[in-house]
Amino acid sequence: MPNPLSICVVEKDAARAQEITEALHLGGWADVTVIADDASLTRTLASTEPDVVLIDLANPRRDTLETLSEASGARKRPVAMFVDESDPELSTAAIQAGVSAYVVGGLSGDRIRPVLETAIARFRMMTQMQSELKAAKKALAERKTIDRAKGLLIHAKGLSEDEAYRLMRKTAMDQGKRLIDVAQALVTASELLR
Amino acid sequence: MTRPVLRCGFVPLVDAAPLVIARELGFAAKEGIGLELLKQPSWSALRDMLAMGHLEAAHMLSPMPIAMSLGLGGVRAEIHAVMVLSVNGNVIAASNDLIAQMRAQGWDRDLGDADSVADALEHTTQRPIRFGVPFPFSMHRELVEYWLRGRDLAIEIHSVPPPMMSDALKSGEVDAFCVGEPWGSRAVDDEAGELILAGKSIWAFSPEKVLAARQDWISDNPDQIAALMRAVYHAGHWLQDPENRVIATDILARQEYLGLSADVIERAMKGHLLAQARSFGTEVPGFLHFSIGAANFPWRSQAQWIGRNLAHRHGLDLGKALAIARRVFRSDLYREVMGAIGIDLPGASDKQEGALMHSTAVASTRGGLILQPDHFFDGAIFDPDPQ
Repeated sequence: MPNPLSICVVEKDAARAQEITEALHLGGWADVTVIADDASLTRTLASTEPDVVLIDLANPRRDTLETLSEASGARKRPVAMFVDESDPELSTAAIQAGVSAYVVGGLSGDRIRPVLETAIARFRMMTQMQSELKAAKKALAERKTIDRAKGLLIHAKGLSEDEAYRLMRKTAMDQGKRLIDVAQALVTASELLR
Repeated sequence: MTRPVLRCGFVPLVDAAPLVIARELGFAAKEGIGLELLKQPSWSALRDMLAMGHLEAAHMLSPMPIAMSLGLGGVRAEIHAVMVLSVNGNVIAASNDLIAQMRAQGWDRDLGDADSVADALEHTTQRPIRFGVPFPFSMHRELVEYWLRGRDLAIEIHSVPPPMMSDALKSGEVDAFCVGEPWGSRAVDDEAGELILAGKSIWAFSPEKVLAARQDWISDNPDQIAALMRAVYHAGHWLQDPENRVIATDILARQEYLGLSADVIERAMKGHLLAQARSFGTEVPGFLHFSIGAANFPWRSQAQWIGRNLAHRHGLDLGKALAIARRVFRSDLYREVMGAIGIDLPGASDKQEGALMHSTAVASTRGGLILQPDHFFDGAIFDPDPQ
């Protein structure tokens, strides 16, 4: 590729940074730098002089990039947020995926768009994986609580495992609560009474 | 009819109080609107969300809507300031190293004397002095540059998000900063540095945050914006009472708002600042206004002062920039909405900025308006219409 784009990824989390870098490499962009350290952001950007900076929308350091967009001094290159006014859909997609991009002024949209599309796709995937991971962790934690509550009932009332489970489920239904809430209440109460 | 719910963005700062109180004490509900407050991680994020229509309104740095309407920064959008949310409320702090150098020159702290602090800074060896401000388009930056221009001082402006200001001072990323409370006090408690000046010592009545919305949304939803403005006005009025500010402090301390201890928030609310860790406090009268002296009125002359600075810094056509800036501050809409509920309004929509050394009665629609001192530290008077 003639005159390849130089891309900077601002991301503290090494695993996430790796994900984005890999996606960009697969897309044919080889020149990718990761900045993990907030405090050196300005300095690193000034020395790397990237064409595109990708950063998590929620990263508070975005405001630091705003200062860079005012080119002061020869070494600092202007960056502007990529919001193609003719392409609000892409901007909305970026916001929903949680990624923002800064590009050197004057670069054509044709060259930037595929980079942003790749980043959006990858961010979306990461966000989804994160929420799935969270859901899985939560389910595991809930099962542990329910098992503990069952154990308490088995021990205190001499029930079988199946009976203990059915008792909790009936209580939950009668009180209009979720099974996990009943189990949690039981565990909390037993800890208090111990 | 279902009650409309307005999504309003804010950045965790003491001066988000009028929005928080409008929601928590039911001023919004009384006006028939729901108010959903969404905490934003940065001013850039807040700006993008507002411009893209993910928010209806926002707590904004007063120069931001003007900059956006002028096409400066990342996003160009017609954003208007329908009212001023807060006046003053900023502090300037310096690193322990700079403080030591200033003390060695015989500087004795006075948060109220802008000239002596600038003199002391001139006598330090640190060059350039790197100043942290929350955003390139902020009153903080305008105040710092106005204060130190013409001084024998090279300064460099860096944007640092308010919650990170303390760490930036500690790590040496910046040598000094200007920020809204409670983040200056937070740096004092962290012993990252000390306060050297209150923002109001540079300009005694500077419009700090505004309530901003998209121009097209405002014209499409006149009833909703009016309801929001009335709710915020009443919240600001409620916040003028020192006893109410104690309650507001506890509410702001909650996790969903600032998530900090009430002790650090109360300093700005009471105008009683600790310049140094483990020190006696200093009273700073008029540190932060929410209502007094037509504080909420979006003066065209304030917009013009900001517009002039932005035009000079960014090489814009001055005449065009001023015309746009003046349109952004909606004194017309404010008159219409507040006039309808009998609020005392100034007779004019421009004033000479910096002309008042004392509280002064001025012509108003109901005859009871007293403006607060609004002088600049250098005694300059900004006349919006010098003919």
